[in-house]
Amino acid sequence: MTLSAHLKSRWLIFGLFAISLALLPFLIDASMGRSWVRLLDLALLYVMLALGLNIVVGYAGLLDLGYVAFYALGAYVYAWLASPHFGLHLPFWAILPLGAALAGLFGVLLGAPTLRLRGDYLAIVTLGFGEIIRIFMNNLNAPFNLTNGPQGINLIDPVQLGGASLSQPLSVFGYTFSGVHLTYYFFLLLVLAVIFISMRLENSRIGRAWVAIREDEIAAAATGINTRNLKLLAFAMGATFGGLAGGLFASFQGFISPESFNLMESIMILCMIVLGGMGHIPGVIFGALLLTLLPEALRYTGEWQRNLFGQIYIDPADLRMLLFGIALVAVMLYRPAGLIPSARRRQEFADAKA
Amino acid sequence: MDIFLQQLINGLVLGSVYALVALGYTMVYGILELINFAHGEITMMGAMVSLAVIGALALAAPGLPGGVILLAGLAVAIPVCMALGMLIERVAYRPLRNAPRLAPLITAIGVSIILQNIAMLIWGKQYIPFPPILPQGHHEILGATISDTQIAILALAVLIMAALILVVQKSRLGRAMRATAQSRQVASLMGVDVNRVIASTFIIGSALAAIAGVMVSAYYGLAHYYMGFLLGLKAFSAAVLGGIGNLGGAMLGGLLLGLIESFGAGYIGDLTGGFLGSHYQDVFAFFVLIAVLVFRPSGLLGARVVERA
Repeated sequence: MTLSAHLKSRWLIFGLFAISLALLPFLIDASMGRSWVRLLDLALLYVMLALGLNIVVGYAGLLDLGYVAFYALGAYVYAWLASPHFGLHLPFWAILPLGAALAGLFGVLLGAPTLRLRGDYLAIVTLGFGEIIRIFMNNLNAPFNLTNGPQGINLIDPVQLGGASLSQPLSVFGYTFSGVHLTYYFFLLLVLAVIFISMRLENSRIGRAWVAIREDEIAAAATGINTRNLKLLAFAMGATFGGLAGGLFASFQGFISPESFNLMESIMILCMIVLGGMGHIPGVIFGALLLTLLPEALRYTGEWQRNLFGQIYIDPADLRMLLFGIALVAVMLYRPAGLIPSARRRQEFADAKA
Repeated sequence: MDIFLQQLINGLVLGSVYALVALGYTMVYGILELINFAHGEITMMGAMVSLAVIGALALAAPGLPGGVILLAGLAVAIPVCMALGMLIERVAYRPLRNAPRLAPLITAIGVSIILQNIAMLIWGKQYIPFPPILPQGHHEILGATISDTQIAILALAVLIMAALILVVQKSRLGRAMRATAQSRQVASLMGVDVNRVIASTFIIGSALAAIAGVMVSAYYGLAHYYMGFLLGLKAFSAAVLGGIGNLGGAMLGGLLLGLIESFGAGYIGDLTGGFLGSHYQDVFAFFVLIAVLVFRPSGLLGARVVERA
């Protein structure tokens, strides 16, 4: 194949991919219903979160179990500045960067004292930090009502884009786009930006330094890498993405409460990364999509039961988490490097087995 | 002074339960360097199984003395938890022993989700009350009260911990465990059956967890399918606080965490002028944990390890 033909075919694949991404919500809307488009929006948010955590865990190798705290920070910043809670209604383009920046700052604040800790100690400290943030959000309704406690904050403004609200249907050339469709495109754009940043980071001087730190911190320091600053940077970048996703989550749901930000959420995001393939962008995206959509799909076990046995023995809502747990264990047993591991990790596994 | 003494008693009782659970975490970590996330769920299973037995017995034979019913509950719960612990190690951890460290962590999380949901399917989502089979006696000491249940928990916990130390320090199995913790390869070269030692570690830890589970449900008067999560989290924090992998550290960490929690909850209102109330109890524990780790990263009793390449 000549070079120009090769380029042409690459553009063709790229174009087909772009068109299918653009048409996806309509296909799903037509085949599976509106609620699945909404779920798709949520899945995009999780892709963003997982890619953010991937920087901390996958690239730099810092096991962070309190990642959801940054997600929560971003969400609460958005809720404070764009809801009747304080009577503020700032536009999203002012709040989202602010929430992301604040989350990044907290990432550095958490990272600075914990830099000396190794693996599991770091995990438990970040976990404690996540719990602290959640407990404060649960209780800061007195003496001054900052978070409205367990009831959470309601009526958060949706994102307003050029006069159109992402929660309202919009008519363009006689065709009506529903709110969830608009949200899909908005989120998709941001996810693509995050993917782009992640890819550029991975192959940059910084990304290679992170990998060096992950593999052997002492050797990395010996080759002149400033491990302190780079670890802080990893924390900050991961937290920034988390804060961004948090703000989007608040605007998307219109309601947030501390319940959405418990430890299980952090663990879920970590599972997405490890299950998909740590440090590998396609793997992480796949893991995030899978773990968001799988529990919903498992709701259909009720129908299977009826078809198989003629009646429902176990409430599918109760059964699905059990099946989810079994799936987690099974995948790890049979593909411990993740479903789509990076070439480097696959190699490491082959070496370890030999 | 009476408040001080009361919080001291509550803290010691709570702390001894944390210590029992923390021992399970620390023993497994000492040998495998694995956070056995499912350990809290084993504690929950111990509580649930024993409560089921106790509830059935209290209904079937109301004339039996409370102590006998309780022992019967323990006699069922301990073997069940031991079997669970062994099964989990066999199925979820052993195949991944040479995999990178995050893989067994994920299976541990998976196992704990599975156990939670099995418990929910069997016993439902409601809180299960502890039947009033135990004597409700109270004793006054210098203005503070201590119940018979609390005395029993403290005494039993001290007894078990003493027995555990004896086993680990004096017995053949204990020596094999310590050798395996130092180096799995060298231990197996010396003729130690490493797989058996690891399985035994899980079994002993699970037995401790079962007892702790019964204690917690007797102390608070109820059990719930989700109770293992926070309990496990705190117990693990206690193990890290004391220096993970160190038995004495787990005991010290557990007791300290219990004391910190009860004193924190008792005094935080006064200290902050009513700004923060006792519902910040959990925050207190985590703050202290973080502070200790930042200033002494290997825990209170953990050896200062020099990191080597």
